[in-house]
Amino acid sequence: MSEFFAMGGYGLYVWGSFGMSALLMVAEPLLLQRQRREIITTLLRMARQKRGEARTMDEGVIE
Amino acid sequence: MIKTLWTVVQRDLTLALRNRSDLISNLFFFIIVVSLFPLGIGPELETLRLIAPGVVWVAALLASMLALERIFASDFDDGSLEQLLLTPQPLPLLVVGKILAHWLVTGVPLVMISPILGIQYDLSSDVLWILVVTLLLGTPALSLIGAIGAALTLGLRGGGVLNALLVMPLTIPVLIFGAGAVEASASGLGGEGHLYMMAAILVVSLVFAPLAAAAALRISVE
Amino acid sequence: MHSRLINWFKFSSPATFYPLAGRLVPWFTWGAVLLLGVGLYLSFFVAPTDYKQGEGYRIIFIHVPAAWMSMFLYLVMAGWAAIGLVFNTRLSAMMTSSLAPTGAMFAFLALWTGAFWGKPMWGTWWVWDARLTSELILLFLYIGFIALKSSIDDPRRGDRAGAILILVGVINIPIIYYSVQWWNTLHQGSTIKMSGETSMDEVMLITMLIMTFGCWSYAFATALSRVRCIILERERGTTWVQELIEKEEGRGA
Repeated sequence: MSEFFAMGGYGLYVWGSFGMSALLMVAEPLLLQRQRREIITTLLRMARQKRGEARTMDEGVIE
Repeated sequence: MIKTLWTVVQRDLTLALRNRSDLISNLFFFIIVVSLFPLGIGPELETLRLIAPGVVWVAALLASMLALERIFASDFDDGSLEQLLLTPQPLPLLVVGKILAHWLVTGVPLVMISPILGIQYDLSSDVLWILVVTLLLGTPALSLIGAIGAALTLGLRGGGVLNALLVMPLTIPVLIFGAGAVEASASGLGGEGHLYMMAAILVVSLVFAPLAAAAALRISVE
Repeated sequence: MHSRLINWFKFSSPATFYPLAGRLVPWFTWGAVLLLGVGLYLSFFVAPTDYKQGEGYRIIFIHVPAAWMSMFLYLVMAGWAAIGLVFNTRLSAMMTSSLAPTGAMFAFLALWTGAFWGKPMWGTWWVWDARLTSELILLFLYIGFIALKSSIDDPRRGDRAGAILILVGVINIPIIYYSVQWWNTLHQGSTIKMSGETSMDEVMLITMLIMTFGCWSYAFATALSRVRCIILERERGTTWVQELIEKEEGRGA
């Protein structure tokens, strides 16, 4: 098994390049999901704020 | 057509010559950058002769990029750019006029001073001549391509640096052929091939750059 | 007449495109995972060792797809930019900006793997070789585009300015490539000649194509999911986004 990782002496270079590719191609989708969750939470907060203001406006009471 | 072109060039030239300060500062930037390299690399004439074309060309590229912002910025601030857009004359023509005026103000002084700077690098006379010719062909192409970046980054914060970042990749062929021509002729290989390519790049950018810059202006000023 | 005319613009409105993209993303993600899995298996266990470079040549199975993808994505961006400018459809501009980060990543990957391959074969990490240099310039073009988009606040101007920059860039790519080629070339002749026979073993070629399609569907998945984020951000004022948010809230997101 270890000779597989040695890659005929080029281990550092082969795993260096495949490792970086794997790292980036996994990190990007994760970042995307986080970005999507962030947008949805901000939009939710804004929607709640708007609904909040609407309620206080109806009751005529503005904190 | 020519009349409108000439009026735009005249207007810009008078404006630029009124405040000579940034004209002079741009020229001195070029001189200082070119004179700094021998201090950094050492006085051996052999190495200096070797690096001369590259150094002069990179300095010319940086100097012209530094000056690009002023093509549209002053008109944009005082609103005369909108008036320019509203005129019936074709916008690309006006843009060519402004770029030509800008080149006359910044490019030509570089070309005129470069032989004197070339002597610092102990270049022989025919190499100096080729250097001047390549700069004469190259600096207008730099101004044309740079004008697209200037139009795109009009009125943006950090516009100067952003403009250099946008335009730098596009001006690399000019730099390669410019420095290459001087090197080739210095080493006796003959730089005609490079010069033809530079003339081709100049003509292509003369045709396309004003169109792109005009479109970019319409977007930026909206 | 109308029935035969396919309504090209049916999916050009963000509202209809958003759910479509949502349905497509899982397909492309699984496609990418599957293809890359098979490709990796082939490149490590099936492809024969190279007579000259031994095992080190296996880096080609990620270097070449990344380089192809970086150029391909730039052309796709240019296509979307042109459509955006001509038809003034906001969605195509959103597609352009959603492709940029993935393209920049592939350009960086191509440089990184190229350097890691160059070290054992040519002895140094960075070699001023024609292809690596033009790849570096392509990366600068990507970064320039992303910098321009992020520095313009008004989305409408940002889209169209970005589109012009990309189109100007695309005209320059062949010029940059050949001027760098003229300037210096160390890279061995392209091993895959579309016209003549390729000087590569059959299995190696198939592996590389599978890896390329894997990266291709990966890029599709990321671009589509990023365009959904952009749509949400840009269309936050619209009613359909509000309803979507209510639904999201209902599910306790």
